[in-house]
Amino acid sequence: MPNTSRFKLARYDPLILFFSIMGAFAIVFIFLPIVIMYITLDTNAFSKTLGNKEVWDGIFLSVSTAAVATVIAIIFGVPLAYVIARKEFPGKSVIQGIIDLPIVVPHTVAGIALLTVFGRHGIIGAPLYEFNVRFVDAVPGIIVAMLFVSAPLLINSAREGFEAVNPKLENVALSLGASRRRMFFTISLPLCLRPIITGAVMSWARAISEFGAIIILVWFPKIATVVIYEAFLHEGIYSSKSIAVLLLTVCLVIFISLRMIIKHTNVKKTHRYHTPGNNRDNL
Amino acid sequence: MISLRLVSKQWEEFEIRNVSLDIPDGEFFVILGPTGAGKTLLLEIVGGFHYPSSGNIIIKGKDVTNAPPQKRGAGFVYQDYCLFPHMDVFQNIAYGLKARKQGFSVIKDKVNTTAELIGLKELLHRDVETLSGGEKQRVAIARAIIIDPDILLFDEPLGALDARTRDTLLSEIKKLHNETKITTLYVTHNQTEAFMLADRIAVMQKGEIVQVGTPEEIFRNPKSEFVAKFVGVENLYHGVAKISGDICEIDVNGVNFYSSNKHEGNVSASIRPEDIIISPEKFKSSARNVLEGKIKEIRDQGTLIRVCVDCGINVVSYITRQSFMDMQLNIGAKVYLVIKAQNVNLF
Repeated sequence: MPNTSRFKLARYDPLILFFSIMGAFAIVFIFLPIVIMYITLDTNAFSKTLGNKEVWDGIFLSVSTAAVATVIAIIFGVPLAYVIARKEFPGKSVIQGIIDLPIVVPHTVAGIALLTVFGRHGIIGAPLYEFNVRFVDAVPGIIVAMLFVSAPLLINSAREGFEAVNPKLENVALSLGASRRRMFFTISLPLCLRPIITGAVMSWARAISEFGAIIILVWFPKIATVVIYEAFLHEGIYSSKSIAVLLLTVCLVIFISLRMIIKHTNVKKTHRYHTPGNNRDNL
Repeated sequence: MISLRLVSKQWEEFEIRNVSLDIPDGEFFVILGPTGAGKTLLLEIVGGFHYPSSGNIIIKGKDVTNAPPQKRGAGFVYQDYCLFPHMDVFQNIAYGLKARKQGFSVIKDKVNTTAELIGLKELLHRDVETLSGGEKQRVAIARAIIIDPDILLFDEPLGALDARTRDTLLSEIKKLHNETKITTLYVTHNQTEAFMLADRIAVMQKGEIVQVGTPEEIFRNPKSEFVAKFVGVENLYHGVAKISGDICEIDVNGVNFYSSNKHEGNVSASIRPEDIIISPEKFKSSARNVLEGKIKEIRDQGTLIRVCVDCGINVVSYITRQSFMDMQLNIGAKVYLVIKAQNVNLF
């Protein structure tokens, strides 16, 4: 019997076909505005933007403060993620809920909450003010706001990573005479490196995109999103769009190169102990 | 010497209760039991991954009940190998030596010697993900013995392997133990493994040790119905026993057996199928039990033929393919079963 196209078509799963069509709408919805923004870009306005020092300062400030926030999130978040992944303790679900809180809190609300604590008279802000550390209209305020909104991404990614590391591997390492510290740094951490790096990149990207929480605390110095918003208020869509495109391009370049680096470095895929995945090669 | 004193622990759905064992130096000790009996939990308590809720664990005269795993000198081999996936074979085997901060030349020498002993010499620089199941388990064993452990703990190490690899590794583990004489605690649900490897066996049921003995004792003289059924005794009967002279007579539903075990009253009797001789004709024998019956069922099990004979009660026997052919047995044929009194076990 010849393998006619009619029979070939029958190989495709109609459910998957239907779901793929539905899914295509979601992809278009996400991608279209970004593509159109690039297409309708006014080149004159864009070249003017490229020479604008305030814009470049804002982008640099965003990228660097987001990086600092991410490093802080790693230092405090990875140990927390490990404890949650490995130990059962009373109140664990409450802790997990607190970690997820910044995801559900509206960003302006987060900004006001942070201002209450880190402001001139806040419970943390007041004593630190004595040491000349300011959060309102200062770089530390930007970092605090970024950390608040972005840390959950890193913590959750690291936690899932640690959960996927077979605890028996740790048992074996201990039985071979490794100290707990050695076990963590030679087994648990290397096997969780990929989810931690992925989480850090997501967390960093999330921090750059933050606007609402930051402007409550800090208008000056202006981060990139504030520069865009100001341009939109004073000069309108054309001017603000070219700054937006620039910020987006810078972020995409960094984001894509980080992903390439992760892909090509010798960071092994997290070892899942319930392996073999099933490959469905139909469609 | 490993001693467990009334060790109890409950963890998730597993439980062990008042387990006491003494395992002398150099012994190969097998814990045999069905899935869910708490065998692995017991092993992990000895390894230090769980702490008992009561009782004591003593290794080489030291009470290690509350000692962390890294202070116990216990090599651990899991069923699913648990190799470190981000390291090659060499690094896996060397891990324990590195943790002991040995110099590189010492590590290299020792890894090479161990690899040779276990037959891994050619594989040292392979990625562990590319190894076969049998090779992986060899690496896990090499990794455990390189630290010269006081005890070796095996958790169903052959459970995930195919039959042929299992047989090879089984004899290699036996050989390795004969050479190193490391005190070994080995957990399995497989009677053959237990019988072939063990100096002594403990049978575990629902978190308790129900019988300890040499493989001979466990398989020939199970002390309870559970042990008898679990170690694969097919001929299990209930009857009434009375002692007459130097022999014991048991009435099982009107069929009489003689046993050299001495019991009175209600008893259970077990006879291992391979201890029963089948013959088409009555022949002279010193054996006390000669039963007449008809063949009810014949089942080809590959190397052996399982024959079920109705003598008023059903008796199962295994015979080799060769003797099956020689005797030309058929369903319905009249045969005689010959069983020595010492092979009728009462409990």
